[in-house]
Amino acid sequence: MIRGLPANLAVVRALVRRALNEISRVPGAAIPGVLAPTIFMLGITSVFGQADRLPGFDADFRAFVVPLGLLQGAGFTGAATGVNLARDIEGGWFDRLLLCPAPRAAVLVGVVASAALRALLPSTFLFAVALAIGVDFPGAGGTAIAFLLVMGLACVMACWSVVIALRFRTQQAAPLMQVASFVAVLFTTSYAPKELLADWLEVVATINPVTLVLEGVRQGFVGDVTWGDTWPALAAMAGLLIALGALAARSMRRYGI
Amino acid sequence: MIRPTVALARRALRNALRRPQFLAPLVLFPTLFLAVNVGGLNRTTALPGFPQVDGFLDFQLAAAMTQSLLLGGVSTGIATALEIEGGFFDRLVSSPVPRLALVLGRLVAAAVISAVQIVYFLAVGLIFGASIQGGVAGAAVVLLIGVVAGVGFGAIGQAIALRARSASTVQGIFPIVFVILFVSSAFFPRDLLESPLDVVARYNPLSYISDGMRGPIIEGIEGAAVLEGLAAAALIAVAATAVSIVALRGKLRSA
Repeated sequence: MIRGLPANLAVVRALVRRALNEISRVPGAAIPGVLAPTIFMLGITSVFGQADRLPGFDADFRAFVVPLGLLQGAGFTGAATGVNLARDIEGGWFDRLLLCPAPRAAVLVGVVASAALRALLPSTFLFAVALAIGVDFPGAGGTAIAFLLVMGLACVMACWSVVIALRFRTQQAAPLMQVASFVAVLFTTSYAPKELLADWLEVVATINPVTLVLEGVRQGFVGDVTWGDTWPALAAMAGLLIALGALAARSMRRYGI
Repeated sequence: MIRPTVALARRALRNALRRPQFLAPLVLFPTLFLAVNVGGLNRTTALPGFPQVDGFLDFQLAAAMTQSLLLGGVSTGIATALEIEGGFFDRLVSSPVPRLALVLGRLVAAAVISAVQIVYFLAVGLIFGASIQGGVAGAAVVLLIGVVAGVGFGAIGQAIALRARSASTVQGIFPIVFVILFVSSAFFPRDLLESPLDVVARYNPLSYISDGMRGPIIEGIEGAAVLEGLAAAALIAVAATAVSIVALRGKLRSA
C-alpha cells in the first residue's frame, strides 16, 4: 500500500469519485438516505420534546437530539456503502475490480473513504434544518468536531457493512448492516442524559463506545466545546476505526481465496 | 372465489417464510425502537398530563405494534411489486383465477402476518413486565384492531405496488411511513405533543388505531377509544382495499 503510494491514491480517488457519481447521476436514490435522519430528528423532537421538562434534563431537547440525527445519517451512509458493495459483488463488477493490479487495501480505503464524503450530504442537510428550527449554532470548533466525528462514524459503519457484504455477497444482507448502526447509535445517551436512562440502558450506554462519540458531537450544541469531551470521542473513534478496519481488511484479504 | 384466495394467501405466506430477511425487520426494528424509547424516556411518565400507567413499556407497546404493522404494509407492497417485476403476476392474470382473489389472497396473508406481529409484541410486553389491564379479552381486542389495521396497511402497500410496479418505488415510501407515524399520538400522549403536532395528530387515523390498541393495555376495555380504533382501522382497510381493486383494474387495462 505504501509502496506505489501515488498509484494507490489514484485507485482510492477513482473509487471515491465513482461513489460520488452515483449521487449526481441517480439523485433520486440518495433522497431517502438524506431525508430519513432529518425526518427522524424532527419526529423525535416533536413527539418527545416535553422530555426536557424532567428534572435533571439540562438542555433543550431539540439541541440534545441533533447529534443523534447526525450520527444516524453517518450510520445509514455506512450501511448503504455495504449495500452498494453487495450490489457490485452480485453484478460481478467487484470481481472485475479485484482483477486490476491494485492492492486490496487501496480498494478498501476507497470504498470506506467514499462513505465519509457521502455522509456529509445527510449531515449538512440535517444541520441546516436544525439551525432553521432554532437550534443554536455550535460554533466553528463544535461544528468541525461534529462533522469530523460524523465522517469517522460513517467509516466505522462502512467497515462493518463491508465485512457483512463480503461475507454474504448479497444485498439481502442489508438489514444486518443497518441494524448494527441502529443499535450502535441509539443504545447510547441518544434521548436523555445517562442519569435519566433506565438502569439497563445506562449500563449499555456506558459500555458502548459510540456514547463517547455522541457526547463529542453533542458538546457544542448543548454547551461549550472542551478538550475533556473531545479527546474521549476521538479516542473512541480511533479505537472503533482500528478494530472494524482490521476486520474489514481481513475480510477483503480472504475474499475469493 | 374462496379457494383461489386461500391458495394465493398460503403461497404468499410460504414465500414470506422462505425470505426471513424481509420478515425479520418487521419486528426487529420496532423491538429495538421500543427498547430505546422505554429505556431512554421511561421517566416521562412522571410528566404532568401523562396518563396513569404502570410503566412506559405499557404505553409504548401500541406504538411498536403500529410501527410494525406499517412496516408490514410496506413489505406487502414490495412482495407484490417483486411478483410484477418478475412476471409472475402477469402469469397469474392470464390464468383462470378470479381477479378479486389476486388482491384478497395477499391481504389474507397480511392479516395472518399482522396477527403474528401483535401476538409477538404482546408476548414481549408480558415478558418484560408490562401488564394488560383488559386481560385476555383486552388482548383479543388489541389483536382484532391490529389485524384489521394490518389488512388496511397491506392494501395500501399493494395499491402502491400495482400503480408503481416497482419494488424500489414501494421501498421509497419507507420514510413517509415514519413521517405519518410521527405525526400521530402513537408514541406520546396527544396532550403532551408539541404544537402543531398535537393538532395534526387529532386528524391522523393512526392516532386512533394506536390509542385503540393502547386502551385495553393501559386501562382495560374502555368503549370510546376501542370503538374509535376499530372504526379507524376498518375505514382504512375498506378504503385501501377498494383503492387496491381499482389499481388492479388499471394494471389489467394497461396490460
